[in-house]
Amino acid sequence: MSINLENIAASFNERMDQHKYRIMICGGTGCIANGSMEVYEKFQEVIAAKGMSVSVQLDKHESDVVMSCSGCQGFCQRGPLVTIYPEGIFYTKVKASDVEEIVEETLVKGNIVERLLVVDAETQEHIKHVHEVPFYTRQNRIVLENCGHIDARDIEDYIAKGGYVQAKRAVLEMTDEEICQKVLDSGLKGRGGAGFPTGLKWTFARKAVSEKKYIICNGDEGDPGAFMDRSLMEGNPHAVLEGMIIAAMGIGASEGHVYVRTEYPLAVERIKLAADEARRMGFLGDNIFGSGKHFDIFIMEGAGAFVCGEETALMSSIEGKRGMPNPKPPFPANKGLFGYSTTINNVETLASVPIVLAEGSTYGQLGTENARGTKTFALTGNVVNTGLIEVPFGATLRQIIDDIGGGVVDDDGTVKPSNFKAVQIGGPSGGCLTPEHIDLPLDYAGVQKVGAIIGSGGLVVMNHQTCMVQIARFFMQFTQNESCGKCVVCREGTKQMLDLLDDIIEGRADENTIPLLEELAYAVQDGALCGLGKTAPNPVISTLRYFRDEYEDHVFNKHCAAGRCKALANYVINPERCKKCSLCMRTCPNGAISGSREEGYRIDPAKCIKCGACQAACKFGAIEVK
Amino acid sequence: MENNTIIVDHIEVALEGERNLLEVIRKVNIELPTFCYQPELSIYGACRMCIVEVEQNGRKGLMPACSTPPVPGMVITTNTAQIRKLRKITVELMLANHNMECTTCSRGDDCKLRQVANDLGIEKVRYRNIVQPAEIDDSSAAVVRDSSKCIKCGNCVRVCREIQSVGVLDFAYRGSDTVITVGFGHGLGESACIGCGQCLKVCPVGALTPNFQIDPVWAAISDETKVTTAAIAPAVRVAVGEAFGFQPGEVLNGKIATALRMLGFDRVYDTVFAADETILEEGTEFLGRVTGGGVLPQFTSCCPGWVKFVEQFYPEFIPNLSSCKSPQQMLGSTVKDVLVTKEGLKRENIVNVSIMPCTGKKMEAKRPEFAVDGNPDVDYVITSTELIRMIKQAGINFAALEPSEFDMPFGEGTGAGVIFGASGGVMEAALRFAANTLGYEPKCEQLRGEDGIRSADVTFGDITVRAAVVSGLANARQLMEDIKAGKAQYDIVEVMACPGGCVNGGGQPLHEHHLDTVARRTKGLFENDVTLAHSSEENKQLVAMFEEHFGKIGGHKSHELLHTTYVDRSKNI
Repeated sequence: MSINLENIAASFNERMDQHKYRIMICGGTGCIANGSMEVYEKFQEVIAAKGMSVSVQLDKHESDVVMSCSGCQGFCQRGPLVTIYPEGIFYTKVKASDVEEIVEETLVKGNIVERLLVVDAETQEHIKHVHEVPFYTRQNRIVLENCGHIDARDIEDYIAKGGYVQAKRAVLEMTDEEICQKVLDSGLKGRGGAGFPTGLKWTFARKAVSEKKYIICNGDEGDPGAFMDRSLMEGNPHAVLEGMIIAAMGIGASEGHVYVRTEYPLAVERIKLAADEARRMGFLGDNIFGSGKHFDIFIMEGAGAFVCGEETALMSSIEGKRGMPNPKPPFPANKGLFGYSTTINNVETLASVPIVLAEGSTYGQLGTENARGTKTFALTGNVVNTGLIEVPFGATLRQIIDDIGGGVVDDDGTVKPSNFKAVQIGGPSGGCLTPEHIDLPLDYAGVQKVGAIIGSGGLVVMNHQTCMVQIARFFMQFTQNESCGKCVVCREGTKQMLDLLDDIIEGRADENTIPLLEELAYAVQDGALCGLGKTAPNPVISTLRYFRDEYEDHVFNKHCAAGRCKALANYVINPERCKKCSLCMRTCPNGAISGSREEGYRIDPAKCIKCGACQAACKFGAIEVK
Repeated sequence: MENNTIIVDHIEVALEGERNLLEVIRKVNIELPTFCYQPELSIYGACRMCIVEVEQNGRKGLMPACSTPPVPGMVITTNTAQIRKLRKITVELMLANHNMECTTCSRGDDCKLRQVANDLGIEKVRYRNIVQPAEIDDSSAAVVRDSSKCIKCGNCVRVCREIQSVGVLDFAYRGSDTVITVGFGHGLGESACIGCGQCLKVCPVGALTPNFQIDPVWAAISDETKVTTAAIAPAVRVAVGEAFGFQPGEVLNGKIATALRMLGFDRVYDTVFAADETILEEGTEFLGRVTGGGVLPQFTSCCPGWVKFVEQFYPEFIPNLSSCKSPQQMLGSTVKDVLVTKEGLKRENIVNVSIMPCTGKKMEAKRPEFAVDGNPDVDYVITSTELIRMIKQAGINFAALEPSEFDMPFGEGTGAGVIFGASGGVMEAALRFAANTLGYEPKCEQLRGEDGIRSADVTFGDITVRAAVVSGLANARQLMEDIKAGKAQYDIVEVMACPGGCVNGGGQPLHEHHLDTVARRTKGLFENDVTLAHSSEENKQLVAMFEEHFGKIGGHKSHELLHTTYVDRSKNI
């Protein structure tokens, strides 16, 4: 059976050209949560009511308008997103109640609904087209390119964009050695966090002697604030599968597993559908692409343990055991899943593989010397445009936060460069970068040098109202909750670090606390069994490195400059504002406020339990926190 | 690399197939502290105590010695300032989540955690103690679990799964809330636990201990209305001395008999008598099955862990289990029957105490079929460890004791009965009996050895007996699967739950390197064997008792007293 991808692509394009309009609705998790599926249905209803014929892309019917549902388009802050092709008119924050107007104005009359357009922050001009939006134009969307431009559920859409061409080549035309060499030459490194050269990993597995070999796609993305892999699986699942087919040919695997956390129901659904479709087309199963070779992919839902993102724990989980890491060696390439040679690659890495394999690919020319290509980041926190972005390695925080992200917002919503305090990069295994790193080219070595990691791509932006001790505590709580409990230093060490951070935050710390915390942090780093344990102290080490004075302020002055640590808050009554109404005294649950209508009132700090009830009760803003 | 050597703390060591750096390091007489390393279990790598500095190809890093295979040219340093600090912090962290009521911990002085903490000079734990209140699971008659002492080394989980293929223990929850637990939070007593006690042998702390019965035994001794008997199992005589300066394997039944009298037992018997009794019954049963076309293979039924294992996991093989009671239970019912009949004692005034190498025997004695009108055949079972403790409580200077004899009639035993304490012993004793009965030379050493599964064809003239000896229930499971699949055919199979047999029982004194100890205890039993009568039917007291009291071997009375039935427990698991 020979599969002609060109024919499939041509007939798909021909069919799409017959539609007058194609309406692409973002069906990523963020937009769905904001109601994009209601918008999707409303469009069908309204268009039909206006007398135009409408169809759904997957049904492959002829109609005036075709409705497509994409994966995450990345501009999550502005969702639900609606793009109307062929022109590419880009509407944001679309609600079902806007649909009537859009259909009437844009589809029927050819006008623009201006209030739904993106406004350029600098020029204040309305931006009409998706390809003109600065959020996108300032990125290099290569791996994410098809996310948002194709209907993730339609394999033909992916094929029409050149999909599966590289897989077919790898299966029919290339040797395993050529495939590994090509990936090695591209400089592609693992996007899951460790940054290990992918081609090298494949070469180890290719050379390993094993009765059977496995390729595993690690989709157990668990960092707080990270959603790169989810978006890829939701938006372009076929790219991930194509990467796996190529990997399987490179290393000689006959079976693949996609391990995806069950908290990603949409990703699970789409990747399962994609695998079924690929099997139907003859890309998976027996005799793939008519080659006589066998390779199939199974989808495994993880129960949501963060540690299952660690490869040995992930394999234990697939084997049906408790997800706990095992010591390396033996390395998975030699002894992995069920004792056989196994290669584990991250979702983004695999989705990059078809790109780097393409003839004349210039992907490897992007980036820096030690980190080639692009990287996706999940941009969150105190920034105007939160969402999913892709930039070449070597981009700076300034480009990411200011140009793409639209700047740092204060708690009251103002955007000023001086608001920027830090970013947490690399999630709970990462560290923080500060204004001094604003122009640092971001790549593996550069970021590591300043005590953080690129990681899988979580980027949390923080303003000056953020307490760095609280941030360290947040991540410590996360790693303690997610510690598998196997090795002593991670299981107990992260708990004790958490307790020490609580001491600092709650005013119990003394001069021994920071040294004890720091000593323990390095012990966990040195002593933990797996990568997650070894990197668990990084947020503490990194914040101690850049914000030690903030820690010391908490410990010695019992003061939190950001005002986030409630136990350190000092409530006082500003006599200039106080109207002596006595409401605060009557509200205080602990009798900490005394005084009279004549003399005024004062708060006894020894009795104050810092509950904030007085402040909430005061009608004149007279109660201040110092 | 031209040299097959590595350097450990400036000493060059030749590699001789060691599996990991820890084995190499121990070869140069450096004892790194470890909690989760057990040579017979899979590598776990969790306690982080054996971390060493490894220099290889110009790169230096910290690696756990237990999970790192030696590579020629490695330079190992086991004792740097960084490593010392790391070890100390690691132990401090364990202590901060540990119930530190050491003075009242039943593990006592041989707690590894306490010992290592002491060696490292930890005088103060700088972290807050976060241990959860003790949750003591004493639902099992065999083993008690105290979660507040558990350091989560996972040894018990792995021994139960890997060596015994029972797997009743596993981890639950995460972070510092991680616990080891029985499925669904049930008690061990309600679980598939077979009571072997191998878990407590590998527990470095006091989280797993035998279910001590010392107090009721003292109470029975003090009760003047009771006649209290003690009987020691074969494997006890080669192990109790270890607590008093003797070597493993030294046979000390004479001193033990004296000590038991000094403790106040009215009669001091030898379970070896009942081992011989078992051979006469079980051997006769076997010959009957062979000649009468009965169900084969016949499985031994001495080991209560194995019996429960069959009842739970292989109920279809219950007809294959010998219907003979174990020696402990045979002695219990025989002693009560004889003392009542011959001495006119009241059954309820006789208190039988077994001293066993085994925690499972505690469960066995509580089986309802081993009681008459609610009065158990064996009232209390204590382990070797508990006997040691009683001797210490009484202040007896055990080493200096004059040996004395067991009381008759239940004090005579043959070598065949003595070797019951080691894997293969029951089989060899049965074959000696069969050979004698059939008129052949009773030299039957074909099945001796250390492998977990051993088999041989034993020929007596034109009769060939296909025999197998198994210890460790994971091995037994493999054998059962082979039998089921038709890959193996046997006529008689001996199974002991504990690897190496009763000498390695869960009630024996604990040792850091217990595999070596087991070998020495086994050797002691076989050395004792050759000084005694060779075959069970040469036990004169026993033969006389059959003639006077029971009548025929395998007859009506012996069936009533010495045989039992089994229960399909597959629905309970």
